[in-house]
Amino acid sequence: MLSIKNLHASIEGNEILRGINLEVKAGEIHAIMGPNGSGKSTLASVLAGREEYEVTEGEVTFKGKDLLDLAPEDRAREGVFLAFQYPVEIPGVSSTNFLRTAVNQVREYRGLEPLDAVKFLTLMKEKMKLVEIDQKLLSRSLNEGFSGGEKKRNEIFQMAMLEPTLSILDETDSGLDIDALRIVSNGVNQLKSEKTATIVVTHYQRLLDYIVPDFVHVLYKGRIVKSGTKELAMELEEKGYDWIKEEVDSQATV
Amino acid sequence: MSKDNSILEELTSKEYEHGWSVNYEADEAPIGLNEDIIRWISAKKEEPQWLLEWRLKAFRTWLTMTEPEWANVHYPKIDLQALRYYSAPKQIKKSKNLDEVDPELIAIYERLGISLNEQKRLQGIAVDAVLDSVSVATTFRGTLSKLGIVFCSFSEAVKEYPELIQKYLGSVVPMTDNYYAALNSAVFSDGSFCYIPKGVRCPMELSTYFRINAANTGQFERTLIVADDESYVSYLEGCTAPSRDENQLHAAVVEIYAGTHAQVKYSTVQNWYPGDKEGKGGIYNFVTKRGICAGDHSKISWTQVETGSAVTWKYPSCILKGDYSIGEFYSVAVTNNYQQADTGTKMIHIGKNTKSRIVSKGISAGKSQNSYRGQVQVMKRADNARNFSQCDSLLMGDRCGAHTFPYIDINNPSAKVEHEATTSKIGEDQIFYCNQRGIATEDAVALIVNGYAKEVLNQLPMEFAVEAQKLLALTLEGSVG
Ligand SMILES: Nc1ncnc2c1ncn2[C@@H]1O[C@H](COP(=O)(O)OP(=O)(O)OP(=O)(O)O)[C@@H](O)[C@H]1O
Ligand SMILES: [Mg+2]
Repeated sequence: MLSIKNLHASIEGNEILRGINLEVKAGEIHAIMGPNGSGKSTLASVLAGREEYEVTEGEVTFKGKDLLDLAPEDRAREGVFLAFQYPVEIPGVSSTNFLRTAVNQVREYRGLEPLDAVKFLTLMKEKMKLVEIDQKLLSRSLNEGFSGGEKKRNEIFQMAMLEPTLSILDETDSGLDIDALRIVSNGVNQLKSEKTATIVVTHYQRLLDYIVPDFVHVLYKGRIVKSGTKELAMELEEKGYDWIKEEVDSQATV
Repeated sequence: MSKDNSILEELTSKEYEHGWSVNYEADEAPIGLNEDIIRWISAKKEEPQWLLEWRLKAFRTWLTMTEPEWANVHYPKIDLQALRYYSAPKQIKKSKNLDEVDPELIAIYERLGISLNEQKRLQGIAVDAVLDSVSVATTFRGTLSKLGIVFCSFSEAVKEYPELIQKYLGSVVPMTDNYYAALNSAVFSDGSFCYIPKGVRCPMELSTYFRINAANTGQFERTLIVADDESYVSYLEGCTAPSRDENQLHAAVVEIYAGTHAQVKYSTVQNWYPGDKEGKGGIYNFVTKRGICAGDHSKISWTQVETGSAVTWKYPSCILKGDYSIGEFYSVAVTNNYQQADTGTKMIHIGKNTKSRIVSKGISAGKSQNSYRGQVQVMKRADNARNFSQCDSLLMGDRCGAHTFPYIDINNPSAKVEHEATTSKIGEDQIFYCNQRGIATEDAVALIVNGYAKEVLNQLPMEFAVEAQKLLALTLEGSVG
């Protein structure tokens, strides 16, 4: 589904991604871990099409298409969803209004009729249950004054509404309380199918107890320096990153 | 890069929607401005002697005045001698019976989306249609008159209600108030008059739709709204003009009088031709609007959505004379390309326990300049006056300017005046967030801008609010990329 080859990207002349290789197949869950500043959010942003980042080398294909050639909105319409680490606030625009615009533009791209108000609200009700989100939150301005956890939950609610094929969750677990973590994870698991794939960026092994990954990758200094299975996450939890850093840095000096 | 340039190109070259004009045989004053022209206009309108005298007095004072230069706008001076001060379609009939109005004129308004047919028209809005220098038709006069409400063109009011006109004309905006108000007082051609009698709540929205059609002609109309004690009226104003390379002058005066416990809500969606992308052409919109809360517990509320005009100079104001009276000003002013707007309000607290509220939302894009200029004045006698002002500016791109000029003048220690101001840039991250959910950039901008302006748009009557939202989006199309 997603194939990243030798991806290099920089911002304001600083190279942040230095040769990422990653294959994600339908039905898989990949976890990406790594120390602060290693480039996890950058990778997510580049995949979603943020213009500030310049891709200097490499290629990315998504469902056979050249992803880097698509405008950000078309990537979304093709089925790429990014749950932001820091969701932005849009004052004066309710979640409901925002999502209705989004859902209908995605539908139009896919050649589907727009949803009328009744159908849309029915869909909303159904998806609201999935992540147990409160109606009141959705009638407020998008993310404005939302608590950290509410923002994250709202991201997953949007994901449920848009039914993406590839979801990238950037630290969706941080800021969630214990119950919310379980609820949100349940939501993610229910949305999962053989046709979809998920990339979860996280610092904590705890999330991976709920959303069980097929692969775990460690990103460090803009490269995937180690890949493994769920056990790797446990090892990281126990030992931290120093041993990996040492491994990589010593190799670099050789 | 990944952005499709052809789409951008298409959007920025989008035409002003109402830029067309029609040819009709016109009854015109000769070009130029002098006492003879004023006499010509007054005679054309078969005005009483007192009104001619009034005009001439205004003109003579105007001659001694100079054009104001304090506003933050720059434009080549207009040669007022090169303008025509009266132009009216020949088909205009004396009788204002709707079935007798020339279908050609009705068609002009149909094309603008304004139906003058009472059956077809949405119930609930009465229209006075002003074309260049004259009123073409006024709808629902009959329905309204049953309640004692007068709603007609200014010219008719002069003939039919001379005592009301004589009493209120120039009572809120004195003829010599400022350069443009004086000019208007000398040469005004038509406009709307409305009188709501004591205790009557006007059951429909009253509206005036101003259309400029003729070239080289200035439009100088006057609106006078008198709301007697305990009455209520909601008034709407809309306007459009053809796209022309020359600048055209529109200098209107609006006066509102509110008696004890009376409430007047005045809403404007200003969509004059803004000029082209290079800043060529467009309307100079130099307007004086003022209301007086004369009676205790009265309220005047201005709402404006300013999207058009090359240059705007406009400060709808409230004189809060009655005790416990309330003045409100809600404004969204959008400028794009080379547009310049200097707009705001004056709240003058005279009575005790008076309150005012100012919400101004400026949006600048392209190479435009957008200024808020507002004055809050609390007089000695105005115990417990309250004002709250919120002035926000939103910038799109880095070649435009947003400016705020608040003037606060307090002469009573019990006054409480709060002023909040913010300036923000439309966030790349907000747009990206929308894009990531599948929303195209121009729709994202529309969504964000309408959200930003929501508090003001909410003040508009339903039908206008939808129109205004579309206009905001249209004005800003192609401004982000
Ligand atoms: N405009 C910029 N100029 C220079 N460096 C930048 C710029 N923007 C981001 N960076 C750097 O890029 C690096 C990668 O940032 P990124 O947000 O991808 O890290 P991350 O792995 O998501 O970290 P975290 O775990 O803290 O979320 C950081 O060192 C950051 O400071
Ligand atoms: Mg990050």
